[in-house]
Amino acid sequence: MAHVLNFPVTLHNVTVAYRQKPVLREIDLQVPAGKLVGIVGPNGAGKSTLMKSILGLVPRASGEVRINGRPYKEQRRQTGYVPQRESVDWEFPTHALDVVLMGRYGHIGWFKRPSAQDKEIAMECLRKVGMADYADRQISQLSGGQQQRVFLARALAQDASIYFLDEPFVGVDAATEKAIMALLTELKEQGKTVLVVHHDLQTVQEYFDWVLLLNVRKIAFGPTAEVFNEENLQKTYGGRLRLGADHDPLLGQRV
Amino acid sequence: MDSYWTLLTDPNTQWVLFGCLLLGVASGVLGCFALLRRHSLLGDAVAHAALPGICIAFLLTGSKSMLWFMIGAAVVGWLASLCIGWVTRYSRIHEDTALGVVLTVFFGIGIVLLTYIQHSAGGSQSGLDSFLFGKAASMVLDDVLVMAGAAVVLLTICALFFKEFKLLAFDPGFARGIGMPAGLLDALLMLLLVAAVVIGLQAVGVVLMAAMLITPALAARYWTERLDRMIVLAGLFGALSGALGTFVSALVVNMPTGPVIVLSATLLFLFSLFCAPRRGLLAKIIRLAALRNRVARENVLQSLYELMERDARQGGWPEGGYGEEQLLARRPIGERVLRATLQKLGRNGLVQSREQGWLLSEAGLEDAQGLTLNLRLWDLFTMYEARFGAIVVDRDRGDLIAQLPADTRAELHELLRQHDMEPTLSKGGGSR
Repeated sequence: MAHVLNFPVTLHNVTVAYRQKPVLREIDLQVPAGKLVGIVGPNGAGKSTLMKSILGLVPRASGEVRINGRPYKEQRRQTGYVPQRESVDWEFPTHALDVVLMGRYGHIGWFKRPSAQDKEIAMECLRKVGMADYADRQISQLSGGQQQRVFLARALAQDASIYFLDEPFVGVDAATEKAIMALLTELKEQGKTVLVVHHDLQTVQEYFDWVLLLNVRKIAFGPTAEVFNEENLQKTYGGRLRLGADHDPLLGQRV
Repeated sequence: MDSYWTLLTDPNTQWVLFGCLLLGVASGVLGCFALLRRHSLLGDAVAHAALPGICIAFLLTGSKSMLWFMIGAAVVGWLASLCIGWVTRYSRIHEDTALGVVLTVFFGIGIVLLTYIQHSAGGSQSGLDSFLFGKAASMVLDDVLVMAGAAVVLLTICALFFKEFKLLAFDPGFARGIGMPAGLLDALLMLLLVAAVVIGLQAVGVVLMAAMLITPALAARYWTERLDRMIVLAGLFGALSGALGTFVSALVVNMPTGPVIVLSATLLFLFSLFCAPRRGLLAKIIRLAALRNRVARENVLQSLYELMERDARQGGWPEGGYGEEQLLARRPIGERVLRATLQKLGRNGLVQSREQGWLLSEAGLEDAQGLTLNLRLWDLFTMYEARFGAIVVDRDRGDLIAQLPADTRAELHELLRQHDMEPTLSKGGGSR
């Protein structure tokens, strides 16, 4: 089905609620293939929750998620996930290569140990993020940017076609941000679909060719050039974003 | 001495020793996963909940069979862990409070049942109260065989699911994302925790069993940065504690085995806390002292260098040298530290004592020159982050500049000239 191939991630009427309070309401989404998609919105808009609901990590109150036209459970190997860096304890007794190897666990299967080939793949992924020299380093001794690179390498080791990244640029140095963006662009050029929860409005136009503006509901979704405008931002951020008549501090020269 | 030997060769003592070894290994290994999954206190709750389980098993079967006690303890311990899960999920109570509530309620029920049994006919001989603090001496061959069976099953499952348990403890969200049944694995881990507690009940007892889950794992964490080694070490520490406890209580009159096992584990933990390389407190103190020495040395060399550089540009430095107050004005460090550092540098031939104070020797000049150059290049490197930011440098190593590629170093040297920060003082250039 050509339609399915063109839209690897589709959401239909997805609602998620914590303790009766909806955090996502009636989200309809058709993410086109081979795009680098930014997900932006104010705090509490449900950006991370959206990602987690797609990946089946939070229960949906209603709605349907399809990956490549099939339920997520059947498509796990097609997805790679980079959770927020603070979601794990970096004091855990393990080293960088071992964390990247965890990206292979979905492919290895039960009871078996990672093979030499898995280790090679993991090492190659570390090399791609510029961390090959740190393979044996205990993870607590890595800087924030290095930890993020390791997480990204783990997602690369999943060898997926759709990638989900939750706030990958938080607490990360400028060099790492650049390196991560270069890698994501490379993935996109390989025809893979990349979704990124992002909070820095200044870089949205530079980084993403598609953008989802989210605030509990879907405000707008489309090519950045078309939907990332003052009107939609006003709808998304409401009074929190004060826009000047001719100068906008957040959008820079564009307005 | 001879009597000690007969005691240790006594088959009964040997069984007790074997049982305590098993208990140590099992709880040490399981404790690692519990600790890293942040379930340490869950072990405590499960252990306390085992008491009503044992009592119910005795009331139902009327017999003192180790196997039934284990089943009873496991079922009720399991129930307690489920209760904690329910309370946390369906109420506003946090897990720590839920633990406290469930633990005390189950233990309370256990004490009520225990009292009832002991006051009923034939119950006073049941010896159930020994499960409170453990009574290793009461172990017989059959008990040890049941314990051994449980331990083998437990260790096998841990080995089989090593990879899954590791991911579950490190990043449960990711584990679920790649399709691992995190809920089931957590339940399995819980079941194993219950099994480990049950193995230790007879020797250590319900009240102290949590210590055997936490302490060996915690001690092992100090010695390694790898989970597989940590698990092996925790098992060893647990076994060692079990053996020590058995020996001490066999050799010294009126020594309870269980508490001595727990105290042995604590001793091992304290030893690890202080003496472990890298993570231990002593190692940290030594590292800190070495760092302070190095910084003081670099401070003094640099201050002297800067003073001499300044004066060399204006004709020459004073032959009498620079006094301590001048050095302190440059970089305020402790006076005693300054004096000690100068003495040491003097012994190494890097500084010379003059009438009014100190001067760098030729060797010292060379040393300070290299040091200053490196620090100034590094200042520039961080100043121009936008230009050099893409270069990955290992900041934990001392030789930061040597790690840079040659063309970057050349660029930095050029910047140094532009900013007029080049260290200009070389050997022989000066007052003469």
